[in-house]
Order: sequence, then structure tokens, then C-alpha cells
Amino acid sequence: MKKTVLFGALTVAGLAAAGAQAATLDDVQARGKLNCGVTTGVPGFGEPDANGVWQGFDVAVCRAVAAAVLGDPMAVEFVPTTGKTRFTALAAGEIDMLARNTTWTFSRDVDLKFEFVGVNYYDGQGFMVPKALGVNSAKELDGATVCIQTGTTTELNLADFFRSNNISYEPVPIETGSEAVQLFTAGSCDVYTTDASALAAQRANFANPGDYVVLPEIVSKEPLGPLVRHGDNEWGDIVRWTLNALITAEELGVTSDNIDELASAPGSNPEVNRLLGTEGTLGEMLGLSADFAKNAISAGGNYGEIFANNIGESTNIGLARGLNAQWTEGGLIYSPPFR
Amino acid sequence: MSTTTDPDTRPDGFRLGMLINDTRYRSYTFQFIALVLLILGLGYLISNLLDNLARAGLNISWAFLGEPAGYDINQRPIEYTSQSTHARASMVGAINTLIVAFLACISATVIGVVAGVLRLSNNWIVSKLMSVYVEAFRNVPVLIWILIIFLAMSNALPQPRTFRGDDATSSMLFDAIAVTNRGVYIPSFVNGAGSLIFWIVVIASIVGVFWYRKYAKKVLYATGRMLPTFLPSLGILIVPGLLAYFILGRPVTLEYPELSGFNFKGGIHLRLSLIALWFALAIYTGAFIAENVRAGIQAVSKGQTEAAGALGLRPGRIMNLVILPQALRVIIPPLISQYLNITKNSSLAIAVGYMDITGTLGGITLNQTGRAIEAILLLMLFYLVVSLSISAIMNVYNNRMKLQER
Amino acid sequence: MASEYSYVRTDFLGESPPPARETGAIKWMRENLFSGWLNTILTVLAIYFVVWLVVGVWPWFANGVWDADNLAECRAILDGATGACFAVLSDRWTQMLFGIAYPADGFWRPTLAFILLFPSVAPALFAQYVPRKFLIATALYPFLAYWLIWGGTIMIPIVTLIGLIAAYFAFIRLERASGFFMGLVGGVVAAAIIWYLGGFVTDAMSGFLALPEVASRDMGGFMLNMILGVVCVSLSLPLGIVLALGRQSSMPIIKGICVIFIEFIRGVPLITLLFVANVVLAYFFPPGTNLDLILRVIIMITMFSAAYIAEVIRGGLAALPKGQYEAGDSLGLNYSQAMRLIILPQALKISIPGIVNVAVGLFKDTTLVSVISMFDLVGVIRGPILSSTDWTGVYWEAFGFAALLFFVICYGISQYSQWLERQLQTDHR
Repeated sequence: MKKTVLFGALTVAGLAAAGAQAATLDDVQARGKLNCGVTTGVPGFGEPDANGVWQGFDVAVCRAVAAAVLGDPMAVEFVPTTGKTRFTALAAGEIDMLARNTTWTFSRDVDLKFEFVGVNYYDGQGFMVPKALGVNSAKELDGATVCIQTGTTTELNLADFFRSNNISYEPVPIETGSEAVQLFTAGSCDVYTTDASALAAQRANFANPGDYVVLPEIVSKEPLGPLVRHGDNEWGDIVRWTLNALITAEELGVTSDNIDELASAPGSNPEVNRLLGTEGTLGEMLGLSADFAKNAISAGGNYGEIFANNIGESTNIGLARGLNAQWTEGGLIYSPPFR
Repeated sequence: MSTTTDPDTRPDGFRLGMLINDTRYRSYTFQFIALVLLILGLGYLISNLLDNLARAGLNISWAFLGEPAGYDINQRPIEYTSQSTHARASMVGAINTLIVAFLACISATVIGVVAGVLRLSNNWIVSKLMSVYVEAFRNVPVLIWILIIFLAMSNALPQPRTFRGDDATSSMLFDAIAVTNRGVYIPSFVNGAGSLIFWIVVIASIVGVFWYRKYAKKVLYATGRMLPTFLPSLGILIVPGLLAYFILGRPVTLEYPELSGFNFKGGIHLRLSLIALWFALAIYTGAFIAENVRAGIQAVSKGQTEAAGALGLRPGRIMNLVILPQALRVIIPPLISQYLNITKNSSLAIAVGYMDITGTLGGITLNQTGRAIEAILLLMLFYLVVSLSISAIMNVYNNRMKLQER
Repeated sequence: MASEYSYVRTDFLGESPPPARETGAIKWMRENLFSGWLNTILTVLAIYFVVWLVVGVWPWFANGVWDADNLAECRAILDGATGACFAVLSDRWTQMLFGIAYPADGFWRPTLAFILLFPSVAPALFAQYVPRKFLIATALYPFLAYWLIWGGTIMIPIVTLIGLIAAYFAFIRLERASGFFMGLVGGVVAAAIIWYLGGFVTDAMSGFLALPEVASRDMGGFMLNMILGVVCVSLSLPLGIVLALGRQSSMPIIKGICVIFIEFIRGVPLITLLFVANVVLAYFFPPGTNLDLILRVIIMITMFSAAYIAEVIRGGLAALPKGQYEAGDSLGLNYSQAMRLIILPQALKISIPGIVNVAVGLFKDTTLVSVISMFDLVGVIRGPILSSTDWTGVYWEAFGFAALLFFVICYGISQYSQWLERQLQTDHR
């Protein structure tokens, strides 16, 4: 690093920095830090607190991966990205993974050459309106002014929804979520549309949250998940199975409270044993230590705990599990078995 | 003559060292080295680019321009739907850029000239106020001004719904203009039968006014007789138009904006993003132009003012007839670069969601297609063409305005 | 001498005071505020505007809440009254000044670097009044500031400095012996050798006088604006001089390259160049290279400001009388000597106000990096602060603070520039 700074600062040609393309795992381990792309700030999902420490639901995935790979959940370099810059940052190797409420779509996967390793939040695009408007359905929004955040799939969904229902609207594209909220609460637009989770998260901060309602229509599927570059499958596996470990842990009842006890010796449940590395060699197959999943889970708890602590019903954001409950509870969160 | 040793006369006189040491050849050597280095450098960069693209499995392709854009644009000066192509969306953005740049250039010039003249006014409070304006706007980044003005307008102006009902707290100006925090709605013209003739008459009368003023000036210079200008101009401007309007049976009507549903409908909608950007650019650049104007006026020697005063001209006339025409020669070159700055700063539209070309081609299109290199290349090309055209046009004008020295 | 006529007064009358309307405040007001109907209208309008502004803003300012944990608490304290929530400043001022990632126990480092900036730049700015030998402080400052802000062992800036000194002496030596060009080559070689050898030294002594390292991407807030502004302007000065000379050159290819570069950069908005830095530039480096975003941005902004500075210097070069060039030629000086000893000192002197203007403009433009997701002052406000759960909706206070910071610095520099312009004015009209 010292040399990097020195030569980088001295000479434009001094390109001595470590490569990022070859094997991401080696790079991350050599660097001792995980470069993780996040948002510039979405309450509950990724935002730095007053001390500059990143917090949130997406951020927790970064921390879990850092814990799995490096054994230290704080060994993450968070790289804030906007809707525009996130993909190039990942493609150019500036970040090792992107955990930034990014929708898994065909073209992003195939055309932009990214690998979505799973879904950590099933979302959908919703609409929020002031109660005073007396609107009960998005189909009554003919002629309305709609605030959207640019650079997302939202604006495409919006165009499709209004076109297929043959109603007109006036889009007001806004660069950041906070400015969109500002315009919406000032009445510069009738409707604010974005992912339903973000709607709930931002409504919690309004001066009078009760004056606004979220309409029942969910106009799109927005499976949000972490992603990595195409072409480094080993690294993709690591991120994928770290996420799966968090999910499986919840399913199997492994929590941050009992994990030390469960990991100390092989227990009665063989899948728990395999997950925590007391049985089998799953960690070794990934090129990590046997207790990678234990580290990942210890970082911020299992999937359910992360959800509850960052965006769950007890927090300001107050999201219900809904689709994001475990499959055993009627939700969609489902991890392939650790075997 | 025969004893001179001019190396050129000797066929074997050329030595390799002369490439460095002989001033006649040295410039060729340097240029050759520079060219080789440039080609090597560019080649290196391009080979890196190709290499990187190949590694990432990407390629350079312009096909995305022909694909449907899929997103809507609120301000559409030309026909556009979400099914139009990305190329069409870029074109809409380009026109929007030119619209806001044009509006801002004109208003910035007006603001700048007024502020620059007022800053030199004898009126203490006015000149101080103008200094405060100029310094406040010149010394704070334009991005901050754009954001502040945008947020201020969206918060301070009334919502459309406050115009509704019997207990409306806001009302339209003259029942024709609605100022809301979604923008300003103004009446638009609806052209009926015979409207073409009406517009021709209107344009002709505007031309007529100019022609009459030119004629009056000619008479003044030739005979010293001062023809009245104000009333005849007004007459030429209004009378034919009014006559045509009634003879043709009111071919042009105004469509007033009306509150219906969520928003005002009808008329022309100047969106908040356009107004905020326009206003911010105009008032920011106006501060710079004010400084140029002040410098230009101060560059005119004080003797000119005194001479004009001695001839008995009023202060207003002195400014209009003597000082400003001379100051203009000093003002115009920096004015050109301010116009260029406005055009380039209009790319900050992205901060307020105005759909200029940076918002469409460099924003949503880039995002949705992921074609970063192609989109940014086109974007730069657009701005380059616009900038070079503006400076070319203004240079022609500048040359015509130049003092004819004989 | 008494008069012989009794009706002629023999003693002077005392001077009576001028009429009240012709003295003091009233005269001043008559002349400056109410000298005509137009002026009177303007005055009344201006006073009305000022009063309106003060009446509107004062309660907001006076009722300001400085102590609260979040916006809701602010609103509760204000209890419906108009008032600002300055608590966002007291809560987040460190983030606004230093960004979100700079270690809190190291805040003294950039602060010290900022304070030291003034004494170090003073010898260059007030060259007439400060002895030349103090210029060494200016020369040493970049290395000290680098060490303070980025941390690491002090050996890195020291080795860099030694390399530069070696390059300078090699240049002087070789230039005398075998010309400018060889001198340049020799200088570069000398520096490269020292830096290569120094690499081992810094590795061996990595703990010597070491401050905790801070990565470039952890820079943020107003500090990032300052870093970008200072670094890019300093780097672009030499580049701008070279470009200006190139554009004035009689060699068509070199002139062509410079013209194309300058006009291209000046023809596109900075924001597109920042997009290039952010999303495209990485593709132009060798595979596997990964420059920090801040370095890529510095490269692009430096190119940007170099093009503008080149135009300013070109103006200075063009303003020099032709006789100065001819004088250089007639003394038998070669190109580099004539430039260094005769032309550039004069041309640079008359370009200084223009360069300062470019620098101020550039400093303001560093806020544009917020658009490419860097957390400079504006970026920190628009990103982490306004989207945080606590402070969504606090706009005026945060942006007002940002505007104030920029105003103080830029106004200071422009006042200096005007002062300098007066100093440099040799013709007293």
C-alpha cells in the first residue's frame, strides 16, 4: 500500500497497485480488506452513522463475507456508488462485490456480465401518495406527477405500468432518494414510487408519516441481491454460500447467541455441524477456513437477526418479513442445503 | 563566395548530430519524437482498452442506440414515447440542453448588464447591494446554488392543490399564469384558420419597426432632423397585428392552464427543474457577466463621459450612446466564454432531474444499457460540437464589432 | 487698512455653516440615495428588499436549535415556530469537514496541514514583502502535508524530496555541459534511481515517525475539496505552462497536439471528464491495475485546469512586446534560456490574476465530484447526512453551511487576486 500511494501519487505511469482481475479471493486476502460497493445512503439498507461506521441490511452482507474470508467483519472498505457508477465500479475491479439493493435482471446478468449470487430481499415497486388525495389504487393516478429516483429499474417499470394501463403521468426524475422525498413531502409530486421497502423506510422519517399511504399495487418483481463479476466462479461461490449460510442458520436456529456453544463441539444435527465446520470439509472446498460460516454468522447474526436489527418491525423502518420469511414460514427465503 | 562553408552546399555535409544540434533540423527531430510518443501513448491506451474489454467479455457496439429506450421523459420538445429509441431519447436530451442554455444565456446577459451598470451607480445602497449579489454568487459553487434554488422553489411555491376549491390559498396571476412548485403554467397559443397570415403580419410589423428606426437614424444623420421614434414604432408594432387579428376573425386564441385532476392542464408547462436550472445558471453567470460589464465600462476612459456630459447628454443617454457601445468591445470576448460556461454548466441538470443530454444519454441510457464508453464518447462529442459552434459564431460577431482601425 | 467709507464693512463676517441639507448625513443621502426620481425608487426598492430579507430570515436564524439528536427532536424543541435546525451542524460537522471515513483521532492532522498552508503559501503570494529564502517553506509544504494527511512513515516524502533535489542538481549540471534536453533526461534518471533505492529504505524504515495511514478513498468532506483544489492547481501549473508554450510554438505538430488537447478539454463540461474518470478511465490502464478513484479524478481535473491555465498563460505570452523575444535572441540565448530567464517570468507575472481566477473556479468545481458518488462536502450532505434516518429534510442549514465555507475561501482568494492586480499595475492612471 505504501508503494501504491507513493508511486501513484508521484507518477501517472506508476501503476503498481495490486491487480483485481485474476483471483478475487487472493486479492482480498492479500489486501486484508474486502472492497464492497454500497449505496450513498438508504436508511436501513446502507448508511454511515454519525461516526462514519456503515450500518444496514446490505452492509451486513459485506460484513459477513469479510468475516468469512478474512475473519474480521470490520475489514471492509465500503465504496459508495450511485445507480450510474455501481456496475462500472464492479466491472473495472474497483470493488470485489456489490451489495447495494440491486435488482437481478436478465440483461444485467447476461449482457452486463455479472453474477447474482442470490436474493437477500424480495422487493417490488410500490407507490406512496398523500392520504389527502383520496387515491386508493395506482390505476386512479391518471395525470399525476410521479417522483422517481433515476438510474434504477424503477423508471422502466413505471413506464411499462402506465403504458399497459393506458394512463398518462408526468415523471419527475430525481438523483438521490432524499431529494425525491423532499420533493414529495413538499407536494412537488403527487406520487413517490420506488421499491416498497424503501418507501416504508423513508416514510418512517417523514414529519407526519400518518398522512401518507402506500398503495396496494406492487407493479414489479425486484429481487435484490449481492452480485460479483462474471468469470471468477470461486469468488462467486464464496459470496453465494456466505449468504446461504446466513439463511440456513436462521432455518436451523443458529443465532449469534448460541453459535459459540454449537460450534464448540459437533452436535446432534449433522447439517448444523457441516455448516459450522465441526463436521466435513465444506470450508476447505471454498478455499476458506472450516469455520467460515461461523465467522459470517457471528458478524451480525443469522439472516433473521440481520433483518430484525436493521429493517425489522422493531426498528424505525418497520418492515414485516412478508415474502422474506423463511420458506418454512411461507416466505421465499430458501437456501440450498449445506452438504 | 567560394570560401563560405554552408553545410547545405556539401552533399556529404549532413551528420546525425545535426538532428539535435542544428536548429534547422532540431524542430523536425522534436516533432518526430513527439509524434512517435503520441502514437505510442495512444496505441498503448487503446490496446489496454481492447485488452480490458476482451477480459470483461464486453465489446464496443452502437446497436443500443437503435433499441427502445423504455423510459419516459417529461419535457419532450419532439415526439417521444417510452417506445422510441435511445438515439431519439438522446436527441430529446440534446434539444433540452440547448433550450435551457439558450434561455439562461439571454437572462444571464440581462441580469449581468443591469447588475454591472447598477454596481457603478452613484446610489450607495444599490451599488452595495449589487456588490453583495456579485460576490455571493461568484464565490459559491454553482452546484450548491442549483440545489438550494431547486429545493427553495419546491418548498416555497404553492402546490397545485392549494389553487383548488373555495378556500383556495393561492390564485393564478391574471387568471392566466399559475406559479406552482411543479413549475409555471402559462397560456399557449392555439392557431386556428388564418393564423399563418396573422403571424406573418406580426413578424412583418416587428421587421417594420426595425426598418423604421433605421430609417429615422438615417434621416437624423443626413439632415439632423429627429423623427419621433417611440409612438410610430408602437403603432407599427401593434396596429397591423390588431387589424389582421380582427379582420381574420380572431384566428389565434390563448389556451389558459386549468386545474383538473392532479395538475394544471393546458397552456405551456415550464417545469420546476427547468426553471430552477435556468434561474440558477442565469443568476450565477449573471454575477460573472456583471463583473465583465463593470470592467468594460471602467475601461472606457472617463473623458468620454465628461465629453458626452459637456455635449449636454443626459446620464442615461451617455450610458446608452457613448459608454456601452465602446465598452461592448471589451465585454464581448469574456461574454463568449460565459456563454460557453452556461452551456457546459447546464450539464449539472442531473442534480435537479432536468432531462438534458447528460440526464438521458449520459444518465438513464448509460444506466440501462451499461454502454458507458459509447455513451460518454457521444456525450463529449455533443458538448464539443456545441462549444465549438458557439465560439465560432461569437467570434464572427466579435470580429464585426471590432474597432475599424484605418 | 480701514476703509474711508463708512458703509463698507471693515471686518469679515464669520463663516456661517452650510445649510443643513448640504452637510453631513443629509447631504450624503441626497447625493447618494435620492439624487433623482429613478435613484429614489431604486433606493426604496433596495431598502424594502433588505428589510424583507432580514425580517424573513432573522427569526429562522435566531430561533435556531443547536442541540438535538435528530430532526424530530429539533421539531419538538421548536414546537411549530420558525427556526433552523443547526443541530445537524453540531452533530455532523466532522463529517462535513473530514468525510465519513477519516479516523476521528487523526482530525488534527488535516487541520494542522490546513493551518500550515497559510504560512507556507505566504512567501509565494506576498513575494514582494517576504524574503526569498522563505520560499523554501513553500517548497517543503507539499511533502509535509502529504505526510500529515495520508500518514505512513515520513521517509516516503523525504525520499521523494531527495529524489527531486537530486533531479534538480543533475539537471543543472548536465544542462551546463550538454544542453537543456540532456539535462532533462539526466534529471529524470537521477530521480528514478533515488526513488528506486529509496523504496528499499522506506520499506526498511516503515515505522520511522509513522502516522497511521489513511487511504485516499477515506478522504472526504471539505478536506477533499481542499485537497483536490490545491493538488490539481499545483500540478496543472507546470502542465499549463508546457501547453501554453506548445501552443505558441512554431512546430506545427507540437502546436497541433496542444491546440487539440486544449480545445477538447475546454469544449466539454468537467462533469463528463469526471464520468470518464469514474467509469471509463479504468479501461485505459493495463489489465490488473486499479488506481484509486481519487487519483483518477485528480488526473482528469488536473488536465481540465491545465487547459484553462494554458489559455491564461498564452494570454500573458501574447501580451509581452515582441521586443522581449528579440532581446532574448539578440543576447544569443537559446529557446529554453530565453523562456526561463526572460519570457516566462514576465508572462507569468501578468497572468497571475487570471491563474488565480481559474484556481477559484476550479476549487468551486471540485464539488462536482459529488455527482460521481464521492463524499466531498456536497456529497456528504446529499448522501450520508440527508439520507440518514436522523437528518432527512435538513436542507437549508447544511447547504448554507457549505455555501458559507466556500464563500469564505473563495472570497478571500479573490480579494487577494484584486490586491495583487493593484500591486502589479505598473501604470498609475
